[in-house]
Amino acid sequence: MRDPMTPSLYRVDKVVRELPDTATLGLVPSGGDGPFSFRPGQFNMLYRFGMGEVPISISGDTLDRSRVVHTIRAVGSVSRALTELAPGDEVGLRGPFGSSWPVDEAAGHDVVIVTGGIGLAPLRPAIYHVLSNRGRYGRFVILYGARTPNDILFRSELESWRSRFDVDVLVTVDSAGREWGGNVGVVTRLVDRAGFDPLHTVALVCGPEVMMRFAIPALNGRGVPNGRIHVSMERNMKCAIGLCGHCQYGSYFVCKDGPVFPFARIATLFAVREA
Amino acid sequence: MPDMDAKASGAAVVLGVDGLDALVGLLVAGGYRTIGPRVEEGAVVYGPVRGVADLPAGYVDEQAPGSYHLTRKKDGKALFDWTVGPHSWKRYLYPPEQLLFRAERRGGGFSVLPAAEEESPLAFIGVRPCELAAIAVHDRVFSGSGVVDPGYAGRRDGAFLVAVNCTRAGGTCFCPATGTGPRARTGFDLALTEIEDGKRHLFVVETGSERGAALLAGLKAPPADGALLATVTRLTRKAAKAMVRDVPKDTPQVLKRNLDSPRWDDVAARCLGCANCTLVCPTCFCATVEDTTDLSGGVAERWRRWDSCFTSDFSYIHGGVIRREIRSRYRQWLTHKLATWSDQFGVGGCTGCGRCITWCPVGIDITEEARAIRAGEGRAGEGRR
Ligand SMILES: Cc1cc2nc3c(=O)[nH]c(=O)nc-3n(C[C@H](O)[C@H](O)[C@H](O)COP(=O)(O)OP(=O)(O)OC[C@H]3O[C@@H](n4cnc5c(N)ncnc54)[C@H](O)[C@@H]3O)c2cc1C
Ligand code: SF4
Ligand code: SF4
Ligand code: FES
Repeated sequence: MRDPMTPSLYRVDKVVRELPDTATLGLVPSGGDGPFSFRPGQFNMLYRFGMGEVPISISGDTLDRSRVVHTIRAVGSVSRALTELAPGDEVGLRGPFGSSWPVDEAAGHDVVIVTGGIGLAPLRPAIYHVLSNRGRYGRFVILYGARTPNDILFRSELESWRSRFDVDVLVTVDSAGREWGGNVGVVTRLVDRAGFDPLHTVALVCGPEVMMRFAIPALNGRGVPNGRIHVSMERNMKCAIGLCGHCQYGSYFVCKDGPVFPFARIATLFAVREA
Repeated sequence: MPDMDAKASGAAVVLGVDGLDALVGLLVAGGYRTIGPRVEEGAVVYGPVRGVADLPAGYVDEQAPGSYHLTRKKDGKALFDWTVGPHSWKRYLYPPEQLLFRAERRGGGFSVLPAAEEESPLAFIGVRPCELAAIAVHDRVFSGSGVVDPGYAGRRDGAFLVAVNCTRAGGTCFCPATGTGPRARTGFDLALTEIEDGKRHLFVVETGSERGAALLAGLKAPPADGALLATVTRLTRKAAKAMVRDVPKDTPQVLKRNLDSPRWDDVAARCLGCANCTLVCPTCFCATVEDTTDLSGGVAERWRRWDSCFTSDFSYIHGGVIRREIRSRYRQWLTHKLATWSDQFGVGGCTGCGRCITWCPVGIDITEEARAIRAGEGRAGEGRR
């Protein structure tokens, strides 16, 4: 029996330095593992030799079976070590795990993405999916917030999406110098300005929990009900298979019942002060 | 719980102390690692036993919130007059430290070598009914919820369980409230009831599996008569009556709607956050992982170790600990045990063994806290201090 805690080996095939602290890794199986398939919003556990294993969302296109793509921001020892990998290096990989963005359920609706910082990475597969199936959706709005203009992730992709006539991309930063002529302020303010039909909208939200605490009331304020708001939750994870207990959130295991939840399912828990 | 006394006792036989010794001997001869109760450092713990001589004859435990005392009755002969100590069988089925894999550097990459697990099967002697229930809970956790932990499943499949019914109530246990004892109904290979009243010292042995029946067949034991079976029922019922703690059926709902009860602050002021309760609890399964490398950096290992929701790292994510205060850690523990567990696994997370009450240094009683939260319902408006 294969131990679900034993990783498969993957070789780093491509590295893109997105930002000073953020890199995108393309991985290919080094052993006998066949092509990798996943749903938008799912994540893998990436193991760096001798250092540790951390949950990282898959940030690539579900249609691209040539590589497994992850975008990692260095915040501590393991994530930093992962961003420092070079082509040819190997990592351990377990996955894919968890629930996904409801891209099928959203068909026929306007899709509104609200995200900040590295939170854009777990949403990129959903963005690719909507763009590949553009005719199945109504309006498509991407609202993205970064700390400063220099922290905008996937900048050239955001620019190319913005240049399309069938996507609205609004970007804001928390602070900027004079040379920035764009929006300044929190991403949730963009919710009020974006063009979508709240009665026929599915919202996908991923970012720090504080951002969600503002994004959800803003969406509710526009008339989007909790049942059509989907959020990706973040909790400490040591196994991703429901065995270590670390990711518990009320009755849920974020690793297997989440990380993506319809907000209506967790709204009561979300209102409880956890600290 | 349906009364299944008649059914369970269908194949009951009688063994003397020598017969029990022979039974353990058969397990040893059969290649089992036989584990049972032993006295160590003033407590009954589980370790290797080779026969009746290793069992804690005459020992009785006195337990109360925050206290455990083991005494030896002068001329006491009973082998199972104690109830449960700080150990539970999880340390054998899900050991405190397990090697997950070794990795060795190879050029720019590495190879992964799974941890080899070739151990002889386990036989447990003296598994209390609440502990059979705890093992059944772990069966759900480690192999009945979609993912199978192969180490657990391997050890569990081979394990031979000799249960022992409780004829004396421990000072903190409440298995009648959780429906898990004091008489074993299922989940054992053999179940003993010890009868020792000065005049006689014998064991009524019920069979729970083919394996159990096959082992018993080697002992040529006489059947237990109706009077003996009636004694088993009487003794276990007496033990049940002696347990007073209660966990009402609607406890999950009560806890879930009182996550902001001021009682969480009250208990947090007493709780030391020491994690004793989670370590002694036979159902707590939380674990963390640790990575090590050798001095050359060429060999790495990944270990899984028991963890506890009471540690501050447990809920750490980049940017801070989520359950910063003891209040929220205690709330996680209590609501997991008595409420959210059954949503996750379709079975309760508490088997009423009382260990967390006994081994809490300040004597916090999980049933009393649950009761206080219920009693405080509606008074939540008083808010946090
Ligand atoms: C479902 C999910 C998807 C994620 N996707 C991405 C992604 O696509 N890109 C990205 O850059 N980051 C992502 N993260 C966050 C990433 O897992 C953490 O940044 C990483 O675990 C930090 O580890 P560290 O050792 O570098 O940091 P440290 O701060 O040193 O953390 C020590 C340990 O704590 C735990 N830990 C710390 N932060 C987190 C966290 N946020 N979530 C879970 N465990 C944590 C880990 O076990 C970690 O090894 C995701 C987290 C989750 C839960
Ligand atoms: S919660 Fe306490 S009484 Fe219940 S099974 Fe765990 S240790 Fe025993
Ligand atoms: S009570 Fe705490 S340590 Fe025990 S299983 Fe639940 S989360 Fe894990
Ligand atoms: S990460 Fe281990 S239970 Fe969810």
